Amino acid sequence: MKKTYMLNMGPQHPSMHGVVRLVLELEGERIVDVDAEIGYLHRAFEKHSENETWNNVVPWTDRLNYVSPLINNVGYAMAVEKLAGIDVPERGRYIRVIASEISRVTDHLTCIGATAMELGALTVFLYLIKGREYLYQLVDNLTGARITTAFTRVGGVKGDLPPGFAEKFREIAKEVRLCVAESDRLLTRNRIFMDRMEGTGKLSPADAIAYGVTGPFLRSTGVAYDVRRSHPYAVYDRLDFEVPVGSTGDNYDRYLCRLAEIEQSLRLIEQCLKQIPEGKHSLEPKEIKYAFEIQDAGKLGDTALLAKYAAKVDQTLEGMSKDDQPNTRVLDRKITLPAKESTYTNIEGLMNHFELVMWSWGVKIPPSETYFAVEGGNGELGFHIVSDGGDGPYRVRCRPPCLFPMSAMKKLLIGAQIADVIPTFGSINMIAGELDR
Amino acid sequence: MSNLRGERRDVPAASNHEELTKLRAAGYNMLVDLTCVDYLTKGRPHRFDVIYRLMRLDPATGEDLGRVELHCAVDGEPVLRSAKDIWPAADWLEREVWDMFGVRFADRPGIKRLLMYEEFVGHPLRKDYPIAKRQPLIGPKSGDKADSPSFNILRPTVTGE
Repeated sequence: MKKTYMLNMGPQHPSMHGVVRLVLELEGERIVDVDAEIGYLHRAFEKHSENETWNNVVPWTDRLNYVSPLINNVGYAMAVEKLAGIDVPERGRYIRVIASEISRVTDHLTCIGATAMELGALTVFLYLIKGREYLYQLVDNLTGARITTAFTRVGGVKGDLPPGFAEKFREIAKEVRLCVAESDRLLTRNRIFMDRMEGTGKLSPADAIAYGVTGPFLRSTGVAYDVRRSHPYAVYDRLDFEVPVGSTGDNYDRYLCRLAEIEQSLRLIEQCLKQIPEGKHSLEPKEIKYAFEIQDAGKLGDTALLAKYAAKVDQTLEGMSKDDQPNTRVLDRKITLPAKESTYTNIEGLMNHFELVMWSWGVKIPPSETYFAVEGGNGELGFHIVSDGGDGPYRVRCRPPCLFPMSAMKKLLIGAQIADVIPTFGSINMIAGELDR
Repeated sequence: MSNLRGERRDVPAASNHEELTKLRAAGYNMLVDLTCVDYLTKGRPHRFDVIYRLMRLDPATGEDLGRVELHCAVDGEPVLRSAKDIWPAADWLEREVWDMFGVRFADRPGIKRLLMYEEFVGHPLRKDYPIAKRQPLIGPKSGDKADSPSFNILRPTVTGE
């Protein structure tokens, strides 16, 4: 009878991308069984969301996948917009795509860099983190923060592209491409790297689908599913990009897929910067008119105006009977915050702002539920949102893309050597913030 | 815009496994998500709504051929059957639903929590679990609220403190 023994990896093993614990049952160096224990970074994202207003949840989403926070911001905001049935202006959609793709590049750079470092290639890590640093500067320029971006709003984005953004991006893209090319030369045909990566952590397409795996992980097995392709959101249907796929579904294929996706993302941003139209980046707060003016317009048959304006009602309710008041308030479906200049300089803007940020006063979305997904760094990042008609979500469910490959850990590791844990775990690109929420 | 949600179907909780097996046979090969909503104060006949989200994915082209959303209304009793024999992905998702909502699956009596620790009492995503409640494993054993501003700005939950 062969004897097995248990080995506890984690919860704070340095090679672990965030805190997770793997309990391995070993027979010599061979893995007989593995159990992944998660939840060490659980911060109750879903519970907190239920106690916030619609817009206040956006900063919490930064903390999901903290390597690509902008994609989470976009995913959440678009889910709420779908629920509210509103559409963002063209320019805002382009800005969201640009932001998402910058984040996707930082996500992939971190994943490849960390995997390479864990396999001993520290130089590659430094090259790629240098590339990521340039992109973080760009994100800082765009959003005002490097990681805790909180960039989107329901109905738009925080602000327009800063002046000189396109030129800055061109310079940075050059640098990033250089970093990627250097790493490519150092890694892709590297004997040690290939020996560790090729043939390890293999998953068949059928298993990957059964385990609900999406993103680069699924594509490495040869299934070309990409939310941006299957369900184009924002402006992805007008952009030209390839979906790189692997063939064998091992760690090496996942590395190649991510490397190829970096180039595709940079191409996407370049196309966006070429196509981006001038105009508003967010929905504007509705123009405010006196209720009696709206009523007069209605009497003259000008009903098209009714949806366009928000009603302003005097305290004395001048110009309208009291019975009409609830109806005029229903018309007033303002969603976006007024511009800061307006908030600070005139009373209408200030009141509009306060009404939106005060609890139980702000954006109200009729009772309904919806599901919306974007392609996150690790796969389909979905939000199932339920509204009960209040000023905040009744329930937010985040579908964390990296939970699914983590749950396939047994399939990936049983029968492998203990050294295979490191590249396999690296290529899953588990982000504890997203996994544990 | 293409339909990410798919058609909604309401299924009696007792026949969830049958329905899921049928859908699996009809080509729905991916369990995209499994989650739950607690409608405690909404006056529904059943308190919880367990949602299965399925997708028909074509492995050859990577195309999404259609989705479906299955809703099962349940109360506290374990009437749902586990789907982990159909999709292994259901294993962890069911653990999470148990952990967060306390919805049991009839054929998984020894189900383990996924995100919280074993000693944790209660199910945090239930609407009657107060958001500011503390259950410290380390630190003050009394469970007093921390003297931090973030504990004071929280809105009370539906029936919480």
